[in-house]
Amino acid sequence: MSAKITARDVNVFYGEKHALKAVDLDIRAHEVTALIGPSGCGKSTFLRCINRMNDLIEGARVAGALTLDGDDIYDRGVDVVQLRARVGMVFQKPNPFPKSIYDNVAYGPRIHGLARDEAELDEIVMTSLEKAGLLKEVKDRLDERGTGLSGGQQQRLCIARAIAVSPEVILMDEPCSALDPIATAKVEELIDELKRNFTIVIVTHSMQQAARVSQRTAFFHLGSVVEVGDTEQIFTNPQHTLTQGYITGRFG
Amino acid sequence: MTEMVETAAIRATPDALKARLRRRYAAERRFRALGLGAVLLSLSFLGVLLVTIVSNGITAFVQTQIRLEVAFDPAVMGLGADRSADALRSADYGGLVKAAIQSRFPDVESRAELRQLTKLISVQGGGEQLQAAVLADPGLIGSTRALWLIASPDVDMVMKGHVGRDKGAEGARLNDTQLGWLETLEQTGDVALTFNTLLFTRGDSREPELAGLWGAVVGSLYSLSITLLICFPIGVASAVYLEEFAPKNRLTDLIEVNINNLAAVPSVVFGLLGLAIFLNTFGLPRSAPLVGGLVLALISLPTIIIAGRAALKAVPPSIREAALGLGASRLQVTADHVLPLAMPGVLTGTILGMAHALGETAPLLMIGMVAFIVDIPGSPLDPAAVLPVQVYLWADSPERAFVERTSAAIMVLLAFLALMNLAAILLRKKFERRW
Repeated sequence: MSAKITARDVNVFYGEKHALKAVDLDIRAHEVTALIGPSGCGKSTFLRCINRMNDLIEGARVAGALTLDGDDIYDRGVDVVQLRARVGMVFQKPNPFPKSIYDNVAYGPRIHGLARDEAELDEIVMTSLEKAGLLKEVKDRLDERGTGLSGGQQQRLCIARAIAVSPEVILMDEPCSALDPIATAKVEELIDELKRNFTIVIVTHSMQQAARVSQRTAFFHLGSVVEVGDTEQIFTNPQHTLTQGYITGRFG
Repeated sequence: MTEMVETAAIRATPDALKARLRRRYAAERRFRALGLGAVLLSLSFLGVLLVTIVSNGITAFVQTQIRLEVAFDPAVMGLGADRSADALRSADYGGLVKAAIQSRFPDVESRAELRQLTKLISVQGGGEQLQAAVLADPGLIGSTRALWLIASPDVDMVMKGHVGRDKGAEGARLNDTQLGWLETLEQTGDVALTFNTLLFTRGDSREPELAGLWGAVVGSLYSLSITLLICFPIGVASAVYLEEFAPKNRLTDLIEVNINNLAAVPSVVFGLLGLAIFLNTFGLPRSAPLVGGLVLALISLPTIIIAGRAALKAVPPSIREAALGLGASRLQVTADHVLPLAMPGVLTGTILGMAHALGETAPLLMIGMVAFIVDIPGSPLDPAAVLPVQVYLWADSPERAFVERTSAAIMVLLAFLALMNLAAILLRKKFERRW
């Protein structure tokens, strides 16, 4: 299977701190790749390298080769705005804009000029909400504030907002850590749906979640990738003792 | 180790525990009492200040008037056959006023007494009232009308009780004969206190009964408009640049420190700066609200920048991340999300900065806004006074009647400040958002 994103010898420094050490990782198209590992192991850092959100952090430096469809993400000629339109992101805490539900979803298409007229924009908003499994719940109150929804609905709104710009990859940084189990189940279902159209990379602290939603899993420890493989293999037959220790709950 | 266990055991005995709890509650009660005392003390100072100002100044909002039979005699007015507007305007209305009060007391004949009699009435003020009446209706000429005319400040002070009627009362300027005339007028109901419209329609004057605040109010409005026009865009742009775009390095640290320093520079220094730059270098007109507004803008700029940065900093970073994650440029993030969310804070800071500017006096003295100006300014380039300077000027005037007017001017100034603060609160409430 072809790799959508490849990382070769990726190193990240925050000032003096060496946060990511020589990471090699392939992320395949139309699959869910889970990044697991104890806190501070670099999985979020790696995630934020893919859409260059690390650029915003003062003193952050990325070395190595990271490609999306074979194009270097850190090439000088790459426009960050365009990159982020191709690689969407969903954050740990639901962060809808304090605007209406409609405007939340419509914001991305508007700034990228994806819709020619209002009707087309309506169409994009509706399909995105539909794909995020939120349309039924909010279709009568699109003018209400996105911040007035419940936590789980807010997170699905954020997912709808991310898919409205038709990205190729969606990065999810612990998307369920602020949600209750029922909302989590809904988001997980959604992730499973989304992988048909998008390539998904998800950081999670919950090993059950990784096991449930992902096809491949990468285990990070102290800034390095210890083991990558099919999720089933990682959870049933880990090759590395560290991985085994982590998934059986001996540390982390 | 055992020692530690023992002491811990002693500390935990019920009695020791209770004693410690008592001390804790006593300390809390003391602290509350202190805090409440501090609040009450400052409230009482504020109360004393307000009571003094209001009790001194409330009477300035009314003005004593005397009803007199005014005979519009063309001969007294010095009017010939010419009845054009110009001729009417330049007729002798003061003479009419004098004739009116003299005809009320026909027994008074000696020159000295006649002069004392006319001191009951404001010849200039009454004259202006009559002039306005005649210009509005030239048909009055030749007729006789009963009209209310402005009393002199001496009568005004007696009527308002600021000066006693006894012989040798403090500040007394009317003698017994004059007080007798006044009593006669009162007995026939020809003396009354009416709302002092002149205070809100006229500019400054040497005659207290004619001195108004309108010139200063208009001057303040012009100055503050200029200040707002300059301060708000520059202040917001600086705050946004420093907070959202500027790299964090030594240079920006230095700029930040200096902005904080500027906020603490005494305002009179800004006045001198304005004098040197705006007046001497650029040759802008002296005493003009334009220059006043520029100087006030320099003073409020640091306040607005600091408040703006604080408001921008308070916008949660998750909103920025959300927009950036969607591929918004930094300008889009700022303009579409961060700035609208920070707006209530920015506006509050701006209004508080403006309120500060409204009360500023010292720098305006430096650029010549302390001059005695009678005319209402027609543009920001005309000489003008502003409210706090008007307070300063009136407080400096020796006449008793200016004392109440000073307090009245302070009340008007405070009313404007309260309005601005109210606007700040309302704006904050209106735009407040939860996230």
